Amino acid sequence: MSELTQHAPTDEIVLSAKDVAKSFGNVHALKTVNFDIHRGQVTTLFGENGAGKSTLMKILSGVIQPTSGEITLNGEPVSFSSSVDAQRMGISIIHQELSLAPNMNVRDNIFMGREIKGASGINYAEEARQAQKLLADLDGSIDPLDMVEDLRLGQQQIIEIARALSVESRILIMDEPTSALSATEVGVLFDVIARLKRQGVSIVYISHHLEEALEVTDHAVVLRDGLMTAYAKRADIDLEWIVRNMVGEGFDLGSPPVDHEFGAVALNIENLSVADAKVAGRFLVDHLSLQVRAGEIVCLYGLMGAGRTELLECVAGRLPADDGKVLLGGKDISRLTISERIEQGLVLVPEDRQRDGLVQTQSVGQNLSLASIKDFTRWLLTSRPRETEVIDNAIGQVRIKAGGAHAEIGSLSGGNQQKVVIGKMLATQPRVVLLDEPSRGIDIGAKAEVFRLLAQGAAQKGLAVLFSTSEVGECLSIAHRVVVLSKGRIKAEFGADVTKEEIMAASGESVAA
Amino acid sequence: MTQSTSASTRPHGNFDLLRMLFNGRAFFALIAIIIIFSTLSPVYFSTNNFLTMSSHVAIYGLLALGMLLVILTGGIDLSVGSTLGLSGVIAGFLMQGVGIHAFGVTLYPPVWAVVILTAMLGAVVGGINGVLIAYFRVPAFVATLGMLYVARGAAMLMTNGLTFNTLEGDPELGNTGFDWLGFNGLLGVPVSVWVLIAVAVIGMLLLRRTPYGRWVYAIGCNARAAELSGVPVKRVQVSVYLLSGVCAAIAGLVLSSQLTSAGPTAGTTYEMIAIAAVVIGGAALSGGRGSVGGTLLGAFVIGFLSDGLVIIGVSAYWQMVFTGGVIILAVLLNSVQYRGRKKRSTAIPPSSKPGGVVDAVTGNRNSKSAVVS
Repeated sequence: MSELTQHAPTDEIVLSAKDVAKSFGNVHALKTVNFDIHRGQVTTLFGENGAGKSTLMKILSGVIQPTSGEITLNGEPVSFSSSVDAQRMGISIIHQELSLAPNMNVRDNIFMGREIKGASGINYAEEARQAQKLLADLDGSIDPLDMVEDLRLGQQQIIEIARALSVESRILIMDEPTSALSATEVGVLFDVIARLKRQGVSIVYISHHLEEALEVTDHAVVLRDGLMTAYAKRADIDLEWIVRNMVGEGFDLGSPPVDHEFGAVALNIENLSVADAKVAGRFLVDHLSLQVRAGEIVCLYGLMGAGRTELLECVAGRLPADDGKVLLGGKDISRLTISERIEQGLVLVPEDRQRDGLVQTQSVGQNLSLASIKDFTRWLLTSRPRETEVIDNAIGQVRIKAGGAHAEIGSLSGGNQQKVVIGKMLATQPRVVLLDEPSRGIDIGAKAEVFRLLAQGAAQKGLAVLFSTSEVGECLSIAHRVVVLSKGRIKAEFGADVTKEEIMAASGESVAA
Repeated sequence: MTQSTSASTRPHGNFDLLRMLFNGRAFFALIAIIIIFSTLSPVYFSTNNFLTMSSHVAIYGLLALGMLLVILTGGIDLSVGSTLGLSGVIAGFLMQGVGIHAFGVTLYPPVWAVVILTAMLGAVVGGINGVLIAYFRVPAFVATLGMLYVARGAAMLMTNGLTFNTLEGDPELGNTGFDWLGFNGLLGVPVSVWVLIAVAVIGMLLLRRTPYGRWVYAIGCNARAAELSGVPVKRVQVSVYLLSGVCAAIAGLVLSSQLTSAGPTAGTTYEMIAIAAVVIGGAALSGGRGSVGGTLLGAFVIGFLSDGLVIIGVSAYWQMVFTGGVIILAVLLNSVQYRGRKKRSTAIPPSSKPGGVVDAVTGNRNSKSAVVS
């Protein structure tokens, strides 16, 4: 906190946040944040998942209101009642997931909801003229009559920017704008940002790609656990400084279990490839080979778009492989269905538990027993006592805090819901368990418990564990080995003694790469 | 009979009574219908009338139980009425004797063979629906709408639009007994009702006690989660349409037996009655919610209502208006119930973390960084 507000701003300040805080009930998501946004400059928010970046972003864009503190816009104190309100005052946000209608053309997308009306309906000519003018400043190759679905992702993003500019936005918030872009497209985007700066547009930039962000930013705001830990000008900082302020001391998420020997190779991924359906010749998983032994815990670290989810889903049988093999205990399972792979002892705990993990209309118990239902079926009918046994075992094993097996799934907290998904897959008695971001969206205590559970499984049952994460702190918890993934390939491999800086350096992709 | 909502029961007397009335609304609607029509007509409240009405309900109930399976998976089957008609016609055709010209003989299959062949026909029709929907990804609405026309057309073609009238069989040919299904009774109850009870019991066991039933519910609520849990999603999808076809074929047999004739237009618009019965029984058209008991109640509500309107002499046009009103009311109440549940399930328990709040505010649960700590 000592580094705050010490540098004297040399330029005109368009927006400044003063002691902005946000709490949900008793939980403080954001505590006293102070920083300024300068005219025609880029301010980047750095921070790990859960550090408070998105809360701050939502406050700036009017989606939520701060609990305390003050935001001044052009010297006047303001409060936004909604995102529409914020937009009216010149603040627009460009989300990671674009909000364009792909079946319509560029002109119609730019003016969607604000169509220019003429004497006989919409004045298309005027719209096209204005769209043309906006686009000329950004990317001359886009025609207002192009269909959005025919454009590359980077160009679609430029349409979003054009839309924001068409409502006279003076501040643009960009949430992870480069996560889905190729290196060339990132270059184009940075050119656009440079042009926007010259026009006096201020940009709030949010990215996990530290090197990229450093290249484009003028100011850095670093958040950790809801606290602003540092605020500095680009000239005064480097990558190491950001990492140090981002990561901090951290919470103890356990250590790798060491009192057992690894067994034979349980999971052997050979030369596995998944092609990108959207871009010919590009691979989401690029001829990747990886082995995990029984009792071993391997952490898969990578940024968004590195191919973690695709790799795990392909191994689990959800995505078809274009090339390569998956061997389970020496047996080729590449041709098996998901349910056959589960029977063979390979399970996946998916990344998005709401979408892929839970059946909301069924009880906690029914969710827990869904994958192992054949174990308690006799003569076509399920056996109630046996099912209760399976469910009680699972609840005890993963320590779910719920109002019993009959509780509704929706009544559980995020951490307990995640334990239900993990418990469901562990109830099938697997040999290999894949977990895609098992700690996503759960609090730190539940995180530690999930990791303890996995460490226990590896040590006591010889479970082979492969989990992915986008939080570098989690790599240093229970993993015996850390594999850094980038663009579908293994970029580096480390032992348990790796440091955060090494992992981040290995995964950070610069534009030139 | 309707699904129990065990969560959050509060000790307010009034509130509990209201909730009980609300959750058991199909049952209370049925009671109300019986009371109202009994006061309006002396004929209504009699054993004979109940048996007659029940044999009508049997047809709706059979279709509705098949439809329930489909709707539980989040699908829809518009072809059941036509399948019913086609099945009746096929049964009639088989009962008339199959002439094989090459040998100059006519085969008269016994009734049990007619029943099995007809049921198999229903399975084939439903199976085609299922394969189109599960493997070729044709939307269920469109695939079964197409089948609605195909099956009806096929029934018309088989008879040139005429009706098979002689289904009694001939003792000399050994194919009598087709009318047993529709006319006879066991223990004073029509056989058709026993058929419905048998199918309902099987359905209940299937849904409540077998892995298959659990899978049907899971697919209807979250097919992706079911797939990752090892549920053979596509095969289950095909099977529910197949079973719906079989139910429709059984209903076709019962109906043509009741009428001792098989017309190609039998069962027209019955698919709508079946859907209505399922919905009145508390099932969600989006899948994952519904029960055999509720669906049976729904079938009784529709059957007893429309027969009652006939008995008190309300014009056919008004009958349509009333039936439609009941269906709309049922769906309205369902959506109230499910919205209430959704609210309860997304409510944040005091100990939970703020991530849920952020989600509730933005509705953006897929956002990578929606959770703050």
